Amino acid sequence: MEKVNITINGQAISVPKNYTVLEAAREANIDIPTLCYLKDINQSGSCRMCVVEVSTARTLQAACVYPVSEGMVVTTNSKKVRDARKTTLELLLSDHDRKCLTCVRNRNCELQKLSEELGVTDITYDGMTIKHDLDESSPSFVRDNNKCVLCRRCISACKTIQTVSVIDAVNRGFATQVACAFDKELGSVSCVNCGQCIVSCPTGALREKDYTGDVWNAINDPDKYVIVQTAPAVRAALGEEFGFEMGTPVTGKMAAALRRMGFDKVFDTDTGADFTIMEEGTELIQRIQNGGVLPMITSCSPGWIKFCEHEYPDFLPNLSTCKSPHEMFGALLKTYFAEKNGIDPAKVFVVSIMPCVAKKFEAQRPEMGGKYPDVDVVLSTRELARMIKQSGLDFANLPDEGFDDPFGQESGAAVIFGATGGVMEAALRTVAEVLDKKPLENIEFEAVRGVQGIKEATLNIAGMEVKVAIAHGLGNARKLLDDIRAGKATYHFIEIMACPGGCVNGGGQPIVNAKVRMDKDIRAERAKALYAEDKKSTVRQSHKNPDVDKVYKEFLGEPCGHKSHELLHTHYTARPKY
Amino acid sequence: MEQKKVLPFNGTQEQAEKLAKVIAEHKGQPGAAIPVLHEAQDIYGYLPIEVQTMVAEGLDIPLSEIYGIATFYARFTLNPKGKYQISVCLGTACYVKGSNLILEKVKEVLGIDVGECTPDGKFSIDATRCIGACGLAPVMTINDDVYGRMTVDEVEDVLKKY
Repeated sequence: MEKVNITINGQAISVPKNYTVLEAAREANIDIPTLCYLKDINQSGSCRMCVVEVSTARTLQAACVYPVSEGMVVTTNSKKVRDARKTTLELLLSDHDRKCLTCVRNRNCELQKLSEELGVTDITYDGMTIKHDLDESSPSFVRDNNKCVLCRRCISACKTIQTVSVIDAVNRGFATQVACAFDKELGSVSCVNCGQCIVSCPTGALREKDYTGDVWNAINDPDKYVIVQTAPAVRAALGEEFGFEMGTPVTGKMAAALRRMGFDKVFDTDTGADFTIMEEGTELIQRIQNGGVLPMITSCSPGWIKFCEHEYPDFLPNLSTCKSPHEMFGALLKTYFAEKNGIDPAKVFVVSIMPCVAKKFEAQRPEMGGKYPDVDVVLSTRELARMIKQSGLDFANLPDEGFDDPFGQESGAAVIFGATGGVMEAALRTVAEVLDKKPLENIEFEAVRGVQGIKEATLNIAGMEVKVAIAHGLGNARKLLDDIRAGKATYHFIEIMACPGGCVNGGGQPIVNAKVRMDKDIRAERAKALYAEDKKSTVRQSHKNPDVDKVYKEFLGEPCGHKSHELLHTHYTARPKY
Repeated sequence: MEQKKVLPFNGTQEQAEKLAKVIAEHKGQPGAAIPVLHEAQDIYGYLPIEVQTMVAEGLDIPLSEIYGIATFYARFTLNPKGKYQISVCLGTACYVKGSNLILEKVKEVLGIDVGECTPDGKFSIDATRCIGACGLAPVMTINDDVYGRMTVDEVEDVLKKY
């Protein structure tokens, strides 16, 4: 890329021609405050927090969208600039619910941080304020427009990245707010509960619905047998809440913390994921051999499932009938495990710790359970971090412990479920070996890894060409499905995850501020933790997990058999788009 | 946000066909939403959810975006106009003569807000800028009838005429 020479605060620097002033300043280690800017998601220049003086314009310009040019002189920290930013921020704060002490984003709020950095000690504008009602209609999250700064990061995440587009800026001027069409509630529109809006929000305007109270009550209830299970992606990000470097797996400390918090059993959703591979792999083989509906599409991601139900109901027969791993595991805990240990299933209370808020909706679907719900409560990674803090545990100094028996063993294949391409790779590790009837030479399928939006591969399995594709982020899923609808592409097997990067970047994961996101790709960093854990695993294929094998022998019979269908499979419902 | 009173939608097949034609003419053009919404409002008189959904669906633009546009521009209305359209002038001269009190009284008598229509479809209220009849301030109009030098006490009697 051709370079241009510019001067920022007296410092000469040469940067690529396509840079914005913000990117150039970042390279020169000069910090420019931002609020509405979120790399790759929202670059609108609307909040005016990043204004700077530039020699090429008469007025202050927004650094996040202003392009550099040869010979440009930039001043990022003059009195004029500082005064302008501070006035803008004070005006924003004048109509903001400033109850920071009780806010879920206290100490992790970009607005609060700006207020500190820009030296706001008093709000001198005592103007009109608008009181908004909370939207608590969704089982997954809460919208509190009293804390909204109209940065539109959530709108971009919903509209541009996910193409779900259920929220937008409505009304005009001071009455502007982020809302659904005709001011409908989030729980009544085609929102898929992915939560990408939450992890994009700089403030506490969007947050997960907190169920930690229900879990504490269950733990404190002597009559309840409380089992916790943790999804693979949780261990890759939980550490961030306790000062660990992004991408550090904290599996052992997490298990230790859960045990000390008082859960009766600490299990790993990876066990559930191994069952998913056994079921889904078998389903794929049957569909291929018996002329079933192809391509078969994975069904682990509840955000994707709801998207398919609203937007692509014609693809419902393509969805694997498998429940997602934590639901499968929940169903087995309330049947096989309860029976074997002589526990009344009515007393078993299953808590799933998920990187996801869509799972909160999923767990409440009536088809996810028989006499009892498979899973009673879903907590996000953030809620778990909150509970650990409430427990007074020194997380960083906890010993590394394992998961409880009889499900202490999980496969490396299950661990990588948390990254885009992981479910595909886990399935291939089993399906290829079963069909080929001989051990795989290399179980690592590099072609399906990485953060590219849509990945494709053609594999030779048992003399047959198997075409697979992977999409993550619903915008990419839409592109892929449109191509299939138009007959431009054909596949046998597709993995779709609602969130960009897969579960590691789920809507229930620790929130990373916009500054860090400028330098780090969350998706790749957290995925590294999972692939490292897979590499260390002694068992790396689901069908070789002895704990899983035992359950099939003692209880389920065979994959996709009668009992499996009853407990581990489900069905879907077409839902209206509007 | 307070939900405005919604009248049942009474669109006809003929109106739907007209709108479909407009959508087909603009489909794929950049910035198609605003001209289509203009024509849709000409066809139906207002932009209820049924009409906005047709526009969203037809142009393949999210309904939330269409609604954002419809609520941004003052030219668009989400409520139908009544058989009798009441306009109370809030221009400077009328305002200093107390037209805001006339408006409050009209709202109170009809039980609706500015921009809304009574459930029977009879009256709708608008607050307007100066209509050029400052000599008669404060002024209220109902369709083409002009009522000058209004007082709050006269409001009910005037409305009874319709």
